[in-house]
Amino acid sequence: MDQGFRLFPKEASTIAPQVDLLYFFLVAVTAFFTLLIFVAIVYLALRYRRKSEAMPPETKTDLRLELSWTIIPFLITLVMFGWSTRLFLKMSTPPKNAMEIHVIGKQWMWKIEHPNGAREINELHIPVGRPVRLIMSSQDVIHSFFIPAFRVKQDVLPGRFSSLWFEATTPGEYHLFCAEYCGTDHSRMTGRIVVMEPAKFEAWLAGVAPDETPAKQGEKLFTTYGCMACHGERGPTMAGLYGSTVSLADGSKVVADEQYLRESIVNPAAKVVAGFEPIMPAFQGQLSEEQIVRLIAYIKSLRTAAGGEANP
Amino acid sequence: MNMTMTGTPYTPAKMPESSYLTDGYSLRSWLLTKDHKRIGILYMVSLTVFFALGGIAAIIMRLELATPAGDLVRADTYNRLFTVHGIVMIFLFLVPSIPAVFGNFLLPLMIGARDLAFPRLNLLSWYLYMLGGIITVGVVVGGGVDTGWTFYTPFSSTYSNSNVVWTVAGIFVAGFSSILTGLNFIITTHKMRAPGMGWFRMPLFVWSMYATALIMLLATPVLAITLALVGVERIFGVGIFNPALGGDPILFQHLFWFYSHPAVYIMVLPAMGVMSELVTCFSRHRIFGYEFVAFSSLAIAVLGFLVWGHHMFVSGQSVYGGLMFSALSFLVAIPSAVKVFNWTATLYKGSISLQTPMLYAFGFIGLFTIGGLTGLFLASVAIDVHVTDTYFIVAHFHYIMVGGAVMAYMGAIHFWWPKLTGRMYPEWWGRFSALLIFAGFNLTFFPQFILGYLGMPRRYYSYAPEFQALNVMSSAGATILGLGYVLPLAYLLWSLKYGAIAGPNPFRAKGLEWTTASPPPTHNFAEIPIVTEEAYAYHDMDAETDGREVVAGEDRP
Amino acid sequence: MTTDHPATLDAHDKGPHDSGQPRPAPYGLAHHFEDLGQQHEAATLGMWAFLATEILFFGAVFLAYSVYRHAYPQPFAAASHHLYLWIGVTNTAVLLTSSFAMVLAVHAAKTGNRRQLVGFLVITILLGMAFLGIKGFEYYKDVQEHLFPGKIFNLHDWEAGFWPVDVKSAAGIEFLRHAELFLVFYYIMTAIHATHMVVGLAIMGILAVKAWRGRYTAEYNDPVDMAGLYWHFVDIVWIFLLPLLYMVRN
Ligand code: HEA
Ligand code: HEA
Ligand code: HEC
Ligand code: CUA
Ligand SMILES: [Cu+2]
Repeated sequence: MDQGFRLFPKEASTIAPQVDLLYFFLVAVTAFFTLLIFVAIVYLALRYRRKSEAMPPETKTDLRLELSWTIIPFLITLVMFGWSTRLFLKMSTPPKNAMEIHVIGKQWMWKIEHPNGAREINELHIPVGRPVRLIMSSQDVIHSFFIPAFRVKQDVLPGRFSSLWFEATTPGEYHLFCAEYCGTDHSRMTGRIVVMEPAKFEAWLAGVAPDETPAKQGEKLFTTYGCMACHGERGPTMAGLYGSTVSLADGSKVVADEQYLRESIVNPAAKVVAGFEPIMPAFQGQLSEEQIVRLIAYIKSLRTAAGGEANP
Repeated sequence: MNMTMTGTPYTPAKMPESSYLTDGYSLRSWLLTKDHKRIGILYMVSLTVFFALGGIAAIIMRLELATPAGDLVRADTYNRLFTVHGIVMIFLFLVPSIPAVFGNFLLPLMIGARDLAFPRLNLLSWYLYMLGGIITVGVVVGGGVDTGWTFYTPFSSTYSNSNVVWTVAGIFVAGFSSILTGLNFIITTHKMRAPGMGWFRMPLFVWSMYATALIMLLATPVLAITLALVGVERIFGVGIFNPALGGDPILFQHLFWFYSHPAVYIMVLPAMGVMSELVTCFSRHRIFGYEFVAFSSLAIAVLGFLVWGHHMFVSGQSVYGGLMFSALSFLVAIPSAVKVFNWTATLYKGSISLQTPMLYAFGFIGLFTIGGLTGLFLASVAIDVHVTDTYFIVAHFHYIMVGGAVMAYMGAIHFWWPKLTGRMYPEWWGRFSALLIFAGFNLTFFPQFILGYLGMPRRYYSYAPEFQALNVMSSAGATILGLGYVLPLAYLLWSLKYGAIAGPNPFRAKGLEWTTASPPPTHNFAEIPIVTEEAYAYHDMDAETDGREVVAGEDRP
Repeated sequence: MTTDHPATLDAHDKGPHDSGQPRPAPYGLAHHFEDLGQQHEAATLGMWAFLATEILFFGAVFLAYSVYRHAYPQPFAAASHHLYLWIGVTNTAVLLTSSFAMVLAVHAAKTGNRRQLVGFLVITILLGMAFLGIKGFEYYKDVQEHLFPGKIFNLHDWEAGFWPVDVKSAAGIEFLRHAELFLVFYYIMTAIHATHMVVGLAIMGILAVKAWRGRYTAEYNDPVDMAGLYWHFVDIVWIFLLPLLYMVRN
């Protein structure tokens, strides 16, 4: 990692230059108004400095002035809002083909699991030029996954998934910080993001992959925890579930994303699938964070098995 | 017309024979007083102590941060330091500061009343404040608390093994002091104005106190109950905010910021009120756009209740929720902009004197502008994602709270010091330390914007080595800043004995508080004044009497 | 709420001013007010402002409660089912009656009827105490049934059928956890309400003594008036609590 002194952070993701552009616009606005006010004050203070005790004449309030310094800032903020909103919407919609990596935060380390089962701690290896989506949850308190060089950050919550995506543009090593205060060693909950050329990345991945993918391990859990007993007959099938639209008993519809799958396992009563009895037990507290992640990986793997035709 | 130099008293004055200060010298006469002026002084003394405590914590933090490794204190100690720093500075210093000292002292004087509507309640507020303060600071002695001033759950409610329950109890109690103060101000403003003192003749300081009081009344109870729930959760081990037990940690954040965002306006609105008084007095000019400045206070107070979610852009709230809060945050910036422009315009064709309070006022305008405009970076969600929970945030709020609100508080102290004590502060020292504070402040906090954008997270006690140079600058600045604050403490104490005697109106300022003696008599006015003109009517101020129709104390034949 | 006691209003307090026409201070007027009308308005507005604070204070708990009730409808309904509706209803009646007595007390104060004033205040207080007594009894019965969050609740062997789920199963454990959350809110909300009652009773005790000593007149009776507002507010809060806590359906 290059640890030299600098005044501006590296740009190493597709989003970074765009955030920086908006940032420079705001810096320009700030500089403009700060200078404007500063110069005005200095000028007026000198020009009208007190020369006698006589009271200066009255000046009348000018409505046109008042309106213009209400409306002009308003218009400027509209520009800021529009620009930042467009960018933010982009930042919060991951591309469909993103590679998915699971992240679990705990006091005070990051545990990372690649789709093929490769695991890392406090380090994340990714290829350059491929969108990556992180699916994150915490085992204890709130943490926050922060990569300054990518200009991305997302809180990592206990009991719920949050996600974050980026596409790295420059190979190299970058800081990973925990940005939400999480206790004693919050400032040591740091790590590295290693961005590699795709070929190198594949080689690295092959080198560290264990025998079993998370989906495989999830399949085993699916049996050991007795999910098999119901699903297929008394419970809905898992094939093609991920990504499909599920009709619920209360008439509403939801898209079966990770958060939905998690909730269906942990607290199934919250959203009951139409046509089924709410007999599924809640698995909250029964399954560790890792097990939940693997079960979901398994259910997701069934999408491809079923060819995705369940997707409307 | 042969007038004396600027800054020297207008009438060759002597101290009034009796005043609120001579009305009993025993400790008891102070501790049981119902006089709003004495209560103001009680607050001032206690606030100074809390500010020093918070400042000392800050200095230790800055020393630790001078090197990247965590070498001065342990990680847990550091966490306790910034927590106590934040809690003390916010809840025990800045939230009460201007309202409790100057609101108390001046509100009745400015509207021509003999006291606040409920004097006993006012004294009770001070006791609640002290009780809350002592509990909170007592916790530090008993091992401290390490949750950050934001008390995020489930860390605070389950995982932290520090003294959370007592801390929230202390803040709970202090909160009621805030509520009662707010209540008192609202009723006083509505019901105690002197004859002729219509709403649009009130000094803008009174308007800002009114807006502040509304927020205190309506936001503080939510904080109180939220912290109480955290306490209950810890004591009984139940899961109100702990997801492992069925609770929702984000709900806590909503409730917390529902108070704490309006609370930032509790801290800045009074400062803005002070600004309007300073700028008009030292340019001898009526305020430009009175109605706009007055209503912008109310607009800030109302809109301020709708933007709390901007502290939670990356917490996992919905994308559209985030965007709505972003839009509203931009909107709440507009009334602040209106104020800044109006203060600047007030200078135009004025008669400007650069005495100490005016230097602080200029400091406020400049630093608040920077702090406020960087708030717009944070309101832009796309940028906030990168800078949230970094030093950029730390810089943003110190610019507003230290550069803005504390500057205004210092300006207020100097401006009304003659009214409070009857004596002048030493002008040269005043200007010198104002400039020192300004310089030290910028050196401390400007580098933090850069650090933040570079990505240094806040609440880090050790950090990556490439951040060191900027951190060293910041620590160096903090030392200068600290010195800048100690100087006034010294010379103001000195002036109590040796300062020049001020007389009723040393700055030839408008406003009813300047028509009575300095220090004012116990019952404020010999006769309840009758108001016949609008505020800041400097242009037709009678040079002979300074517009004084009623002059109490020694000036009265 | 806070009007200075007349006895403290010595000549000094009135100050040397009011020059010209020394007017006798009306009875009960604090030195910093101009007249009783102003003082009354200030007190009334002050009380309303205080109630606004109170609404937000309760509002935050109500909000938190609603969030969870929405999230866990069944456990909330089941737990609510085990509360004693009849006690709740009885208490509502008691409290409404006491509020009515308070209305009569305020009326008596305004008409300057000292005996009635004292009488109705005492009735109000007695009814308020009855409410607290009944509430205490209810708490006692709840705790007897282990309906109290924390260990008492969690380490208990619930008999079959008490909860509509199998409490040994994973789902049941989850269910209990949420039912426990309901109880947390039940106790927090009723305890805050009871605290308000205790404060109210203390205030009215003082009022009754002062009324007995003849401190309130037909012209000066703000404290009674204000206490009345407060008491009605406490009453109204209870009216909200009753359905929220005792009559939850899912
Ligand atoms: C007194 C205190 C104070 C004040 C007044 C403000 C004012 C503002 N604040 Fe700040 N803020 C804090 C104290 C304050 N803040 C604190 C303590 C935190 C962090 C809490 C924590 O996490 O610990 C915080 C955090 C914070 C965040 C959350 C950041 C995060 O954690 O990710 C945001 C996001 O929107 C924000 C925005 C704003 C905005 C838009 C204003 C606006 O009101 C500013 C308006 C002012 C101006 C705009 C300047 C004057 C205008 C001009 C000179 C004219 C030109 C104007 C235009 C072109 C519009 N603030
Ligand atoms: C009103 C609010 C206020 C004020 C005035 C200050 C003042 C200062 N603050 Fe503070 N600060 C906060 C509110 C405030 N701060 C908050 C809310 C946080 C967030 C906490 C959290 O994360 O939870 C924070 C966090 C914070 C941090 C970030 C910590 C971190 O995230 O790791 C830093 C770091 O530099 C800092 C520095 C300073 C400095 C150098 C001052 C200086 O201005 C202080 C200068 C003052 C003095 C040095 C005292 C002077 C001495 C005397 C008057 C008398 C001495 C007398 C005797 C010894 C008898 N503050
Ligand atoms: C006692 C039977 C039973 C067992 C055991 C069981 N389930 Fe279920 N499950 C159901 C039923 C019935 C539903 C549909 C009703 C509902 O949504 O609650 C369901 C729904 C689901 C859904 C949502 C499906 C959809 O179409 O939206 C998921 C995901 C799921 N279960 C996963 C699991 C996993 C993983 C396990 C094991 C750890 C498991 N289930 C164990 C009965 C069961
Ligand atoms: Cu994890 Cu901070
Ligand atoms: Cu805010």
